[in-house]
Amino acid sequence: MDKRPKAQEHERHSLKGAFVSVLLLGGFIAVSWFGVFLLFMSRG
Amino acid sequence: MDHALTATKQEQAEAAAFDRRDASLVLAHVLLAFGALLLGGVAGLLQGLVRGGVITLPGGIGYYQLLTAHGVLMALIFTTFFIIGFLYSGMAKNMGGALTDTARRLGWIGFWLMAVGTALGTVMILTNQATVLYTFYAPMKASPLFYIALALVVVGSWMSGYGIFSHYRWWKKNNKGKMSPLFSFMAVATMLLWQICTIGVAVTVLVQFIPWSLGWTDKIHVMISRTLFWYFGHPLVYFWLMPAYICWYVVVPKVIGGKIFSDALARLAFVLFILFSVPVGFHHQLTEPGIAPVWKYLQVILTFMVIIPSLMTAFAMFATFELYGRSKGAKGLFGWLKFLPWKDVRFFAPFMGMLIFIPAGAGGIINASHQLNTVVHNTLWVTGHFHLTVATTVALTFFGTAYWLIPAVTGRTLTPKLNRLGIIQTIVWVVGMLIMSLSMHTVGLLGAPRRTAYTTYQDYPDALGWIPYQVVMAVGGTVLFVSIILLVINIVLLLRAPKGYTEYPIAETAETAERTPRILERWGLWASLVVVLVLFAYTVPFAEMLQHAGPGSKPWVTW
Amino acid sequence: MHIHKLEKIWLVIGMAMLAVFLGIVGVSAFAQGMQPPGGGHHVIDPDKVYETPPFDNPGLEQIGDKEYNAYVVAYVFGYNPANMEVPVGSTVHFQLTSADVVHGFQIPGTNVNMMAVPGEVNHFSHTFDKPGEYLILCNEYCGAGHEYMATRIMVK
Repeated sequence: MDKRPKAQEHERHSLKGAFVSVLLLGGFIAVSWFGVFLLFMSRG
Repeated sequence: MDHALTATKQEQAEAAAFDRRDASLVLAHVLLAFGALLLGGVAGLLQGLVRGGVITLPGGIGYYQLLTAHGVLMALIFTTFFIIGFLYSGMAKNMGGALTDTARRLGWIGFWLMAVGTALGTVMILTNQATVLYTFYAPMKASPLFYIALALVVVGSWMSGYGIFSHYRWWKKNNKGKMSPLFSFMAVATMLLWQICTIGVAVTVLVQFIPWSLGWTDKIHVMISRTLFWYFGHPLVYFWLMPAYICWYVVVPKVIGGKIFSDALARLAFVLFILFSVPVGFHHQLTEPGIAPVWKYLQVILTFMVIIPSLMTAFAMFATFELYGRSKGAKGLFGWLKFLPWKDVRFFAPFMGMLIFIPAGAGGIINASHQLNTVVHNTLWVTGHFHLTVATTVALTFFGTAYWLIPAVTGRTLTPKLNRLGIIQTIVWVVGMLIMSLSMHTVGLLGAPRRTAYTTYQDYPDALGWIPYQVVMAVGGTVLFVSIILLVINIVLLLRAPKGYTEYPIAETAETAERTPRILERWGLWASLVVVLVLFAYTVPFAEMLQHAGPGSKPWVTW
Repeated sequence: MHIHKLEKIWLVIGMAMLAVFLGIVGVSAFAQGMQPPGGGHHVIDPDKVYETPPFDNPGLEQIGDKEYNAYVVAYVFGYNPANMEVPVGSTVHFQLTSADVVHGFQIPGTNVNMMAVPGEVNHFSHTFDKPGEYLILCNEYCGAGHEYMATRIMVK
């Protein structure tokens, strides 16, 4: 049975594109959250 | 189908055409779901036109009746029926090729109980006896028949769940030691979550609302009823989301020609959903009295935990696409985008659902952020939010699924023409939704309330300023209605498509030597953990509500 | 269970971001007093609201220089008192209940946004730094007249 660990199976191909994509997603979450936070603080 | 099948016979069975009896069950659910969507869509269109100041309603139907119908038909009926139909189809497909007689029987019992409940509830709403909106908050009192209708739908759905559990147990018995196929694992997880969370709404409806609405009890404890409802109301949205995730994890990789990124992490995500989507109802009650701030904050923390499996899912989706693209020679950070089958509605519609989940989820995080909730509570921002989540992410994924599911179970072909019509219908939906939802989010931040008919609050200047946004919402809503019409036409065409074979796409896992930890399938363990978490998150505040209970509220019919 | 290195990094970043959000709102709420509306238990008989202090005398009660309690009863389809007035710079501590069904109490442009639940009294405070006529509206469906349910608070 091929015991090549999954690490190598996946790490044969880069996942940098996926990584950057989720970072962009995270950035969107952060920007929108702080936007509403600032709105909240300005109205308080 | 109650005897064991050998491995090859099983594979043959699963690759074959759908058993006609199973096809009927699945189709009944799917078609009723789209019927509800159409009716609910008519209501939504009229609401949008009213709030945009375009029309006034004729006598005989009120705005809030339409709103009740829209919420119930879209958020309870369309969703539940489609989900159960879809889950039954996958159970049949990937566990034995056909349902056991027991599973099918339970499926039909569930269908009919839910269908009768739906019909009864709809009649109550349309005859103005239940103009209480789909959250039916006490102490507004609808006709007892409305609450009985709700109970029928919920109990029916339990029967549906038992059918799925029964089929799962049959397969496990005949495949001792084997890990369940991913679709079925996820289907069981979904219905387990549903069973756990519907206890809340069942208790409030059966113990509080029905006796109270019949006059057997005088008063109702409002905070308890709200808390029981929202104990149900939050996991309800995961009941919607998890089947969409099933499509994303199991179907979409097959559609694009790739493999499942990680079977183990996909199952882990679903276990995390079971655990953390339940003990969090207070984030829908952040502006209410009678709940100590520390318990609100604790449930906010637990809410944030349930974001994690979605962060995992985001990575898994991008990774699936990238690995497929790179295996075909894609280069650079985003070269893999070019390799995705944009012209295939089975991919395109769910993908648009995924994309829209980015702003949808971001909005949800804001909503749950404790005191930040006062910025958005009960404003049109919330309406914008859930039109992105359930009405786009989940709905588009379901639509994209229907385009192959209907021909797959009926032995017909998803023709290139129907595929193209599906792409068009999806684009129209996205356009309409972006127009409507963006406007809702914006005007909500400016303070415009949700669940409110046309008004300018006696020409209060800010309120006059909201009207243009509501006009834009009407435009978006009209475009959405056009998309619903297109969808209904496409479904009729699918039902009359040329006979043939349409694939039921179920992907294989990319893993080779990796084994998925068996602990993930220990349902008893996870269910027990949910109980622990619920007791932790709710016991003290709930006990305090009971302890400090006043006399309660008498019934009110304010419409 | 194998988790790809980049996924691990993403999840750490994601969870750290969520922890930051929780920290900010937690500190702001528990250390700086910016809690959501509520504040524990203050029970009342919804059928006897107008006989129960302080709602037997709904309205503003000055408790300090530029500090007021506002005892408000929400009902179908209005608020008692209607048309409050306070000097600019006043801090108003709203105490809110309902005489019938659940209502909302929202002042657009501010963070005042809370539920009026029969049987309970809700609490929220706001300092009106800017003069003007503020709208108070009901944002929780309460019946046929819901879209008319509103009043004003004048800040002079």
